[in-house]
Amino acid sequence: MRVSTLVAGLLRRPEAGAALGLIAVLIFFGIFGGLTFLRPAGMASWLNVAANLGVIAIPLGLLMIAGELDISVGAMVPFGAMTVAIISGHYGFSIWLGMGAALGFGVIVGLINGILVVRTAVPSLIVTLGSLFAVQGIVLGLTVLITKSTSVALATDGIAKAMFGDFVLGGQLQVMVLWWLGLTALYVFYVHLSPFGNWIFAMGGDKVSARNAGIPTDRLTILLFVLSATSAAFVGMCQAMLYNSAQVAGGQSFIFNAIISVVVGGVLLTGGFGSVVGIFFGTITFAIVTQGIYYTDFDRNWSSLIIGVLLLAAVLMNNTFRKMALSYAPKKGAK
Amino acid sequence: MTAPILALRGINKSFGPIDVLHDINLEVRAGEVLCLLGDNGAGKSTLIKLMSGVFQPSSGVIEMDGVPASLPTPRAASDQGIATVHQFGGTFPLMSIGRSFFIGVEPTKGWGPFKIYDRKRANAIAVKAVQDFGITRIEDGDRLVGGLSGGERQSLAIARAVHFGARVLILDEPTAALGVKQATHVLRIVNEAKKRGLAVVFITHQVMHAMAVGDHFAVLIRGAVAADFKKGERSREEITDLMAGGASMSALEAEIDGMAPHATTE
Repeated sequence: MRVSTLVAGLLRRPEAGAALGLIAVLIFFGIFGGLTFLRPAGMASWLNVAANLGVIAIPLGLLMIAGELDISVGAMVPFGAMTVAIISGHYGFSIWLGMGAALGFGVIVGLINGILVVRTAVPSLIVTLGSLFAVQGIVLGLTVLITKSTSVALATDGIAKAMFGDFVLGGQLQVMVLWWLGLTALYVFYVHLSPFGNWIFAMGGDKVSARNAGIPTDRLTILLFVLSATSAAFVGMCQAMLYNSAQVAGGQSFIFNAIISVVVGGVLLTGGFGSVVGIFFGTITFAIVTQGIYYTDFDRNWSSLIIGVLLLAAVLMNNTFRKMALSYAPKKGAK
Repeated sequence: MTAPILALRGINKSFGPIDVLHDINLEVRAGEVLCLLGDNGAGKSTLIKLMSGVFQPSSGVIEMDGVPASLPTPRAASDQGIATVHQFGGTFPLMSIGRSFFIGVEPTKGWGPFKIYDRKRANAIAVKAVQDFGITRIEDGDRLVGGLSGGERQSLAIARAVHFGARVLILDEPTAALGVKQATHVLRIVNEAKKRGLAVVFITHQVMHAMAVGDHFAVLIRGAVAADFKKGERSREEITDLMAGGASMSALEAEIDGMAPHATTE
């Protein structure tokens, strides 16, 4: 294959825009911030951000590919953190019980979200907006009721700490980075290599046709909501174990940050198009912009401007690439 | 004579107080194209939905191979070999040809939890199926469906239905949104499907297209079969007149029975 056709082939992929965006951001911060942020300490700073965000962004992105949205992740992060902190910190039960409960609540909220969306046909933005506020209320209400405080301490040690809430590789990289890389590999397999992923894309492309083709669209939708809520609870749980405490506030930033990562990563907002690798790149790009600013002479306050511009540029670029992918036809005889 | 693959016997359909279809009797046999003609609102869509399992008749029987069939869901209908192709093909614009062809029945390779989607095989089968229908311009199964022309999309959807064992092909206005050349492509494919022994129900309001491929014609007016005739029994003008349907039901029936030489339109 000639180089030009190879390049053209790569540009038609959903992650093309995300990859180019990542390169652009690397060059930008390489020029203005030096290469400090590519040294281990600098890398750890944005990898940690990317990992926590990425674990949530990928299942959220899959939901968006399937044509749905889940903003309740913003409440699930403190919910997961608070659940493990109250059960294992405040009450002093086994950390495993606290973790099981945190993930279990993730599954329950995901089930509620999914079943409501499937049964009522209310747009998932509204359903999860409702559960976002409901869960926030539960977290704040119950925490204050139980602990008389909005911050709960949690001490973890042993294998649970090492697996979920510790630093690895020289003490700067969160163990979450390894979870993120592992989960990303798993998602790539299930979404792009196994037949299962095909169903998600079909659902986002045309739900009625997908159902008529025999795809269990309802169950798959519910499963994706469970996945995103549980992933968010998982991130909250790990953060509580890492920082040895949990706060009722916080987590809302994950909503927009994850959506930005997904969109920069080339997922079509109306569903049916995108890729896990794209979301992965989008997440890294987002993390580099938010952290890279510290390595430049720019005021930190400008980073939101960069992210806003980046988002718009990414969407426009992704539209262009998608059009290229659509209009692509091999030239006659050229093989 | 063998029993028709699909037959409607005395079908009525009403939604609450509104009668949409009234005493419909139609049949279609293997290797035959039944053209359902009718103006907008004549009840064509409702009839399609009855045949494809979306709606249930209020009364009457749908028979397959002479035996009463139950079509409670679209899935049940497609399991029994009834495939419906809608105006825009019912395919997924941002998926590749191979992937959308095999949606729900993806070919895999490997074993156990490591079964992976066999892209090469899916693409090869999909491209071959479409090319067998004479669309030779489709060579690459990785192309996105949205990049195909309307006619190519229709052809892909028809090829898909045939590949997965459809015996009855219901085509809902396949040529309505197409240009002349594209429509010719689709008509050629309808002919090919017929040659392969499928029973085709071809819904249209374009008489030209119907005359080109139809063996049997039924004109639907206000929910009733106003005319039912074989190829060559009516001229194009007569069919167009029928469809335009200015004449009242009784006048039409009279005309069909040959009691009046020609129905006058009011």
